[in-house]
Amino acid sequence: MKQKRRLIKIIISAILFTLGLSLPEYAKLALLGLSYALVGWEIIVKAAKNIVYGQVFDENFLMTVATLGAVGLGEYSEAVAVMLFYQVGEYFQGYAVAKSRKSIAGLMNIRPDYANLCEGEQTKQVSPEEVHVGDLILVKPGEKIPLDGKVIEGTSSLDTSSLTGESLPREVEVGSEVLSGCINLTGVLKIQVVKEYGESTVVKILDLVENASSNKAKVEQFITKFARWYTPIVVFAALIIAVIPPLVMTDAAFSSWIYRALTFLVISCPCALVISVPLSFFGGIGAASKQGILVKGSNYLQALSETKVVVFDKTGTLTKGTFSVVQVEGCNFPTSEVLELAAYADAYSNHPISQSIRQAYAHPIDTSKISDYQEIVGRGVSVKINGVLVHLGNARLMKELGTASHEGDGVGTIINLAVDKKFKGWIKISDEVKLDSAQAISALKAANVHKTVMLTGDNKASGEKIAQQLGLDKVYCELLPAQKVEKLEELLADKDPNTNVAFVGDGINDAPVLARADIGIAMGKIGSDAAIEAADIVIMTDEPLKIASAIKISHKTLRIVRQNIVFALAVKGLVLLLGVMGMATMWEAVFADVGVAVLAILNSLRALSIKQ
Amino acid sequence: MKKTYQLEDLDCANCAAKIEQAIQSMEHVMSASVSFMTQKLVLEAADDHFKEVLQAVKKVIKKVDSDVTLKD
Repeated sequence: MKQKRRLIKIIISAILFTLGLSLPEYAKLALLGLSYALVGWEIIVKAAKNIVYGQVFDENFLMTVATLGAVGLGEYSEAVAVMLFYQVGEYFQGYAVAKSRKSIAGLMNIRPDYANLCEGEQTKQVSPEEVHVGDLILVKPGEKIPLDGKVIEGTSSLDTSSLTGESLPREVEVGSEVLSGCINLTGVLKIQVVKEYGESTVVKILDLVENASSNKAKVEQFITKFARWYTPIVVFAALIIAVIPPLVMTDAAFSSWIYRALTFLVISCPCALVISVPLSFFGGIGAASKQGILVKGSNYLQALSETKVVVFDKTGTLTKGTFSVVQVEGCNFPTSEVLELAAYADAYSNHPISQSIRQAYAHPIDTSKISDYQEIVGRGVSVKINGVLVHLGNARLMKELGTASHEGDGVGTIINLAVDKKFKGWIKISDEVKLDSAQAISALKAANVHKTVMLTGDNKASGEKIAQQLGLDKVYCELLPAQKVEKLEELLADKDPNTNVAFVGDGINDAPVLARADIGIAMGKIGSDAAIEAADIVIMTDEPLKIASAIKISHKTLRIVRQNIVFALAVKGLVLLLGVMGMATMWEAVFADVGVAVLAILNSLRALSIKQ
Repeated sequence: MKKTYQLEDLDCANCAAKIEQAIQSMEHVMSASVSFMTQKLVLEAADDHFKEVLQAVKKVIKKVDSDVTLKD
């Protein structure tokens, strides 16, 4: 509303101004006066008000002095032009800020408005705050899931993109845990609430993003400090220019030097700088959250851009953290049968390794074929399948049977199979590397990260193999949690003081390391309080590649900030110089000043957009 | 105590910086941060003086930029 009024004023004033310029003396004065009053009145009033409050170096005051000064010198058209362009700049700033505020608000449009609370057969629409742990809620297709919970009835697919940036819908069924903020796409779900609204994922994420801009970056603090000195210095310089030269130089006219001083006042406002820096950071944080990367503050975005060493935890970060069959070998025996017999032999076991074998087999198991099942502690199992004796277990079991075995190279776990006490084959089970881990490491290198390191509690063979496979620079194996902190301390002590060390973990048992690093990045555990608390940056998906995306976003944001600072200072400096030499008119000064602000703001808006 | 307030009609970045600085230098204020982009003030002050601090903050805001109002 305020913006619209301002725009109308600007347009009318601009029309009066151009009309006025082409008219003879008195008509011209009248139109210019009207034009000035239209855009300038508000500013003069505000300046007067602020002086009453003791705020002298206020931009409204400076504009008032500059334009009234021009009127005093008889430069009427210049006075109007300065005020008009100043207002155009203000309008544009308001527009850009509103636009970027809105696009972030849209991005964060995950706050649920209501919940359908089940009361017997009926449902009642209540606000999410009124729902308690254990209550049942109904979520229809198209609705947002209002609270974290567990599905107890129905199946559906969920759009999690606003939380994770992941565009593929997630399938849920009875027993699945669901997070608030997701959108239910297809089926009706009955959900039992597990967390109060205040503790729910959606509220935590919103808090985090909304408060992010309160943690200011170093460069932001620098600019505010600079702005505090810039205006008074330029104003005093203007005062000196207006008074001293005419007094000391014989041929200097007061009017010419006052005019020069007035051009100084026109560019004394540091607005372009002060506005473009937070705008860029806000855009960068917004762009990151669009991809499911939550940055807790502008300061962390700047710190991320200075990161040269990235340290990873292995399990759950670079690897999936779950067991799966990675290799099946038969010894003069078909591999499909090795897997089938192993799945049958392990049919009754709940061990994660047995589960992964059955998962790899992926066919139903007819338990009527199994008899004489027997567990042999510390070795494996013995069982009869269709009456044939089968042994499944480690190398020790095979040795005791007096047959051959496969020992492996220490990477992963080897399960041997013997039929009729004869070694027939083996299965290798290990924690799988995530699909994009290798790509993540090379993307980090491309993003100017000098060193990638992995810390793991796993044995040397496994750790080194994965490190080699992924192209990591360094790996430290067989570490206890406390030793991980020690290793990180060493890396911190080694680094160049102007750079940062980031640690990436899943936030579960590495919270101390996350906290100790210059930047802690937690990933893949949305809804985990520990991760959100301990980390500076939270990656909501399982993809390590997002770390490289985050670093790229931080580089882009900081690049934009630096461009704006250098550009704005250079233009202002140049105009000041030309102004003092009497080579710049007030027209040029206001053009330069508004132009810089507009360009800097447009440049800042680039931070919001992301290239995939 | 740490509380967040909405600052209505905060549409000048330099004013936001000035307001922040003015509040930071006030008595009993432990920390203050004004975010121009989210139009929010995060104020941390001693518990037993919070009320009077808040009143003073409102006054300071009016002083720096008379258009801005703090919403409780």
